[in-house]
Amino acid sequence: MAVVKLDSGYNIGVTPSLCKFIEHPKIEPTKRLEVTQDKKLSELSIISTGGTIASRIDYRTGSVTSQFDASDILIAIPELAKVAQYHTKSLYTILSENMTPKIWQDLAKAVYEEIKRGVTGVIVTHGTDTMAYSAAALSFMIDTPVPIVFVGSQRSADRPSSDNTMNAVCAASVAKSDLGEVVVVMHATTNDDFCAIHRGTRVRKMHTSRRDAFQSIGMPPLGTVSYPSREVKLENFAVQRGIHKLALHEKLEQRCGMVQFYPGMSPDVLKGYEGYKGLVIAGTGLGHVSTTLIPGVHNLIESGTMVVMTSQCMHGRVCDRVYDTGRDLLTAGVIEGNDMLAEVALVKLMWVLGNEPNPMKARELMQTDLKGECMRRSAHGL
Amino acid sequence: MDYREMGLIAGIEIHQQLDTREKLFCHCPTTLRDTAEHSGEFFRYLRATESEMGEIDRAAQEEMKRDRKFQYYTYDTTCLVENDEEPPALLNSEALDVCLTIAKMFSMTPIPQIHTMRKLVIDGSNTSGFQRTALIAINGSLPNGGKIETICLEEEAAQRVKDDIFSLDRLGIPLIEITTSPCMHTPEEVQQVAEYMGMVLRSTGKVKRGIGTIRQDVNISIKGGARVEIKGVQELELIAEVVKREVQRQKELLTIRDELNKRKADINLNEHKDVTDLFKNTKSTILKKAKRIYAQNLKGFAGLVGREIQPDRRLGSEISDYAKVCGVGGIFHTDELPAYGITAEEVDKVRKVLNAKEVDCIVLLAGSSDKQATCALNQVFNRAKSALKGIPEETRKMLEEGSTAYMRPLPGAARMYPETDVLPVLINDARWKGVKVPELLQIKAERFLKEYGIERNYAGQLASSEKLPLFERAIKEGIKPKLAAFTILSTSTELRREGIEIRNISDDAYLTVWHSVEKGKVAKEGIPDLLRLVASGSTVETAIQNLGPSISREEVESIVKKIISERSEFIQQRGKAALGPLMGVVMAEVRGSVDGKVVSEILKRELEKSLAAKTP
Repeated sequence: MAVVKLDSGYNIGVTPSLCKFIEHPKIEPTKRLEVTQDKKLSELSIISTGGTIASRIDYRTGSVTSQFDASDILIAIPELAKVAQYHTKSLYTILSENMTPKIWQDLAKAVYEEIKRGVTGVIVTHGTDTMAYSAAALSFMIDTPVPIVFVGSQRSADRPSSDNTMNAVCAASVAKSDLGEVVVVMHATTNDDFCAIHRGTRVRKMHTSRRDAFQSIGMPPLGTVSYPSREVKLENFAVQRGIHKLALHEKLEQRCGMVQFYPGMSPDVLKGYEGYKGLVIAGTGLGHVSTTLIPGVHNLIESGTMVVMTSQCMHGRVCDRVYDTGRDLLTAGVIEGNDMLAEVALVKLMWVLGNEPNPMKARELMQTDLKGECMRRSAHGL
Repeated sequence: MDYREMGLIAGIEIHQQLDTREKLFCHCPTTLRDTAEHSGEFFRYLRATESEMGEIDRAAQEEMKRDRKFQYYTYDTTCLVENDEEPPALLNSEALDVCLTIAKMFSMTPIPQIHTMRKLVIDGSNTSGFQRTALIAINGSLPNGGKIETICLEEEAAQRVKDDIFSLDRLGIPLIEITTSPCMHTPEEVQQVAEYMGMVLRSTGKVKRGIGTIRQDVNISIKGGARVEIKGVQELELIAEVVKREVQRQKELLTIRDELNKRKADINLNEHKDVTDLFKNTKSTILKKAKRIYAQNLKGFAGLVGREIQPDRRLGSEISDYAKVCGVGGIFHTDELPAYGITAEEVDKVRKVLNAKEVDCIVLLAGSSDKQATCALNQVFNRAKSALKGIPEETRKMLEEGSTAYMRPLPGAARMYPETDVLPVLINDARWKGVKVPELLQIKAERFLKEYGIERNYAGQLASSEKLPLFERAIKEGIKPKLAAFTILSTSTELRREGIEIRNISDDAYLTVWHSVEKGKVAKEGIPDLLRLVASGSTVETAIQNLGPSISREEVESIVKKIISERSEFIQQRGKAALGPLMGVVMAEVRGSVDGKVVSEILKRELEKSLAAKTP
């Protein structure tokens, strides 16, 4: 079908054979507004990777895609100009499901360079689907003295009700706050009232479409940002600005995988991971797979794959010492992933195997809290 | 008034809610709720976004003049789609079928592939900030020779509870929008076309009924005037009046323009002064609490701002409406001052400050902030300026009685962009051919008249009654048409007037009642009593038992005989004329359990017998 735009504004689909070519329309350049920056305000970097916060309609496919660069974000969200002045860098324009560990590395380097240049904080605009993975990756790859804030939007930026403005304004406020770690800043509730600040290694997208999809798992958020007042409140367990010295450790072992166990899963599935350096299993309950899978797990470990057990429960801690299956897994050489989220454990495994050649030390690192990903205590009420 | 001479051109747009099982883009029921039942609340800010053309729509910009926070009520019958927290479902195919049916009834051409669009609406009535709408069919015709331009299928907006609070129960109910061409030239014609279109819509049996379920917008212009869209005329009877008053308004505004031009009237935004200090000790409560008061001189406007252009409306009201967009309560102008606590002395002072002459009119406006007052000042300037040119193109809202007030500028085409979350829908030949056209209510009424002998008046009422499906079902089940018609139109109405909750009576209950009458279990006269009981919660069966057993013919005969013998003297005095009074006595005795016809037949016979026996 050929899509025709009528004078009334409506689009209709008609059979192409009914259409006659008249002429190509004149393409008028879209008017661009000048971005004015207040030089007295602190400088933040916006690194854009794409995603809904900066999306617009693609007339080829009729779908929403990302093709704005970071300066477009300032035009789209004038409110940002009140918070800071910005240095913008468009690193990628991709949907977040197309992210790769290679892009995490490029992103980490870009963020590192900005911080080295002396900016007050860095904002990374990112599609929400895999934002938590990227936030975890940067948590491990960069020791940062300043805030690195991931932000996105759940409802596309082309709609008047989009959450992009409030999220971006709150993110900028966090980026110049007293924080010193990698975080995700997104709507805390369905209202346009405040954003929550989540630790990059404890955050998860828990809803497909709601504005408040992002939740801290196993710990409370690090703080909140009120809107429209932009007041940032930080909890005392948030890492303070300047605590860490800037460092980049961008190496990753990409031959790592993750598999979710399910009842009746064939041991053949595990064979697919032969030759991998690491595998995270999202097991059931306290961290189990069926007895029939244990020899397969054993073989993988024997042939040099590091296997880490997490739980598909998401909340709570893995403990493979309670039931026989668990004890058999431990005997086979499985590492208990503590209370790490499965996807965070995967990213950490890539980083640990990329940076620590000694398997015994790598094992130890997997169980050590590096960037807030492992809680020593399981607090109640969460 | 000769409307054709004046070049009246009018078109209408009808918005009618469809009575589908689910909403247009989610699977919630299309049920309206009492706002007291809301189960939750949330709030949002809306912002104008760039449309695909890279411009912000002017109607949307108008709304942006105010920083607004909107609050929404949710219910157990609404979901995340209404909350703008979930992408829309596929276009409701039941609603599309109703639209196609209506399209066929107006002999229209369906769109081969339907694309849903987003129409920018940031007045808060849509959580998303846009209304989803799709063009379904084009090029229809009306019996008067007029044309239907388009049929669109849209989602209904949320209902305003008050101020910036909206209720989400109504949001997303399918709404058909039918637009005629500007093909009408008299107020009466507009009314007739609206009535006809309403009848066609109701003929489908798939449209919602009751206040607010149908709304007419009227587009009007006269020679030398401007296109004005009047929104939300709910009472059909008022359409002609609305058109008449708009013509009057445009005519008066043109006269004012000519007078202004003759006076060489002019407005300059520089000719305003901050007069906040002047009103420090004023008795006007509005001015007293204002943070900023501006006075704008409208040179040569004296007497014209206060001149009536519609019943109870002046050029001053028009200017005031523009200012209200900024959130101020209204304006004052010297054509109506001194009044409202503002003294002649104060007016003189203002006149002096502005160097105003006798022929000038001064507008005073008060804002609760500098920003608000400046916004209002600009609006006053803009509206007064356009009075020099004539009539601004506007969207207006109807006030009671049929006058109108300014709402916003006419929206431009830029407010439409594709709803990319909804897939296009193909209307192929098979689907179009399969659309069945229902019998028009007009024709149905004629048929009731001819086939069932129902009076013309009743037949028409029946055809347009909400209970039409019940009537048709009754006919199918073999109930006498007149019995069903009488109960639906007359009995129910009487009961409703008594305050009986006839809504509690199900169609099945009506049918059981009628079947009982047909079988002779209950007399026709017993129907009101039965329905009263049913309405208060009883089943039909229990109601029949409670009203007493049915009485046999033999029993009636003996009752009649007894009554006649007890009243022989009365009968002797009155002769045949005793029939009427006796009828009442017998009916009271049998308590409506016997058909009046039977009683009257027996009574008549026995009365004649008795009179014959006594006559020597």
